Amino acid sequence: MKKRKTIFSGAPRLLKVFARHRLGIVGLIALSAFIVIAVLAPVLVRFDPYTMDLEHAFVPAGSGGHLLGTDNFGRDTFSRLAYGARISLLIGIVVVTLAAVVGTILGLLSGYYGGWVDFTVMRLVEVFYSFPFLILVIAVMAILGPSIFNVMWVLGLVHWPSYARLVRGQVLSLRNIEFIQAAKTTGCSDSRIIFRHIMPNTITPIIVQATLGIPGAILSSAALGFLGFGVQQPTPEWGSMVNEGKDYILLNSDMILWPGLCIFLVVLSFNFIGDALRDTLDPRLSKQLK
Amino acid sequence: MADNLLEVKDLRTYFRTEEGVVKAVDGISFNLERGKTLGIVGESGCGKSVTSLSIMRLIPNPPGKIVSGSIVFEGKDLLTKTEKQMRGIRGNDISMIFQEPMTSLNPIMKVGTQISEAILLHQKIGTTDAKKKAIEMLTRVGIPMPEKRMDSYPHQLSGGMRQRVMIAMALSCNSKLLIADEPTTALDVTIQAQIIDLMKKMRSEFGTSIILITHDLGVVSGLADDVVVMYAGKIVEKAAVRDIFKDARHPYTIGLLQSIPRIDQEVERLQAIEGVVPNQQEMPPGCAFYPRCVRATERCRTEAPPLESFDAGKRAVACWNAVKREAITMSDTGNAPMDGGKAK
Repeated sequence: MKKRKTIFSGAPRLLKVFARHRLGIVGLIALSAFIVIAVLAPVLVRFDPYTMDLEHAFVPAGSGGHLLGTDNFGRDTFSRLAYGARISLLIGIVVVTLAAVVGTILGLLSGYYGGWVDFTVMRLVEVFYSFPFLILVIAVMAILGPSIFNVMWVLGLVHWPSYARLVRGQVLSLRNIEFIQAAKTTGCSDSRIIFRHIMPNTITPIIVQATLGIPGAILSSAALGFLGFGVQQPTPEWGSMVNEGKDYILLNSDMILWPGLCIFLVVLSFNFIGDALRDTLDPRLSKQLK
Repeated sequence: MADNLLEVKDLRTYFRTEEGVVKAVDGISFNLERGKTLGIVGESGCGKSVTSLSIMRLIPNPPGKIVSGSIVFEGKDLLTKTEKQMRGIRGNDISMIFQEPMTSLNPIMKVGTQISEAILLHQKIGTTDAKKKAIEMLTRVGIPMPEKRMDSYPHQLSGGMRQRVMIAMALSCNSKLLIADEPTTALDVTIQAQIIDLMKKMRSEFGTSIILITHDLGVVSGLADDVVVMYAGKIVEKAAVRDIFKDARHPYTIGLLQSIPRIDQEVERLQAIEGVVPNQQEMPPGCAFYPRCVRATERCRTEAPPLESFDAGKRAVACWNAVKREAITMSDTGNAPMDGGKAK
């Protein structure tokens, strides 16, 4: 049986390049830890994240079996952070997927067809860029009511334009390369050319952009949570946990410290990974930077 | 009556730009007989590639548009076909290969997948059969270890190999017409010869007619039966390939011939044609070649010469002062310099 060559046959080399980025590895380890905690949350935690125990409110970290202490209602902070990781990561991934899919499709159409399609999509992008996103999101939340689902699609709506611009630029530079012309001369239809010949060639920058976009989405959802327009109590979401903690910042700064630290670490990890990915997948860019 | 596979009549393809209308192809007509090869020769920007894209109906619109004429392929006018019908013709009846084999294959698709794709698009066969057919095509274009090459990516192949893959892809559906747009320009000289040989072989095996677009008269002499010389969107001379080399009539054709080195003649210095193809906006009212022409007269400046046939319609030239030769037989021309007019 001969060894089959696949697109992944370049993977070992890419891994080596990636491994050279220490920060990328650090980010990957930190993020993996968060993912493990999020996935195994029900097994890992000793206390239910929703159960209040007012007698043990504001317990300091480490005492009474509470690894990171308890909040103002006596709920275990570690449990809430672990379950919060599920929500934050889910929001980050769903929002970016949504934004990337919508943005990529619109970017492909816009770049490939040009003309009025391009004009419409790009003006729409500019409208979204120039609109203060918090006001838009708050307005939508006020009308539809805050929920995880609403947070996801509204943030997705806000984030697609950057993907559309990125993909459009890629398509414009690919469109006149001869293999696209060659695909036309073999009788490929437009949709075949767009999705089979152009899209796979634009996927690398999309992956990088998406990796760097997840922390943005997490931050946005945390900001919404903090403002009280995001995921609602008692669901443990990091942003809304910071919001609850702000009332007790002088009394017990732990309540704001831990979720804040989680947001910080996850966002930083994603950024490190995204940078390392960009350098790995786009060697030209990394050479320019050095 | 000649069996014409392709008849192009009075084709005009214009591009609308900010500076005005560019007449990239301005009323050209030619025929291509089944199994024959037609060379279209001219400098960059004279409308060769636009002609081929017009036949393929792949002129980007806007800004380009085929404004008039007809392109009759196998008795049917391609200009009246719908886009869907054209997709069935492209790659199936008419296929095309390009100048730059480095960029004409999709860098992230295996060559086998790309050839199979072309086959699957036009033939009702399964993936396994398409793959077999692709391997067969790779063998026929002389690629060693075709099974292994099926799984290669384009960057793993040399330029010559890639051009072979392009030819395999173009002929995989037994196209009746192959348009080769500068197929050898980007290749080494030795590889050029191999590709020309391969195209000759394919032509005889598949009976494919070829339109060979090039600025390289050497390639034309090796492959073409007839030659059309284009200048600024118009045909300036039409002849059999032998006649072009022995008895060119248009000053532009002669200029092209003098600018290439010949092994059978001692030439101190190659003659270049001064200047460049005029910009469409500053096109002279008379003959487009007038500003660069050594034989230009006052009439050339004001009046555009029509394409006039002679030799019983076998040849044509568009020039007021075409290099004239007395009726001489081919045997007489044996040792004559190519620009017969000057020698006399």
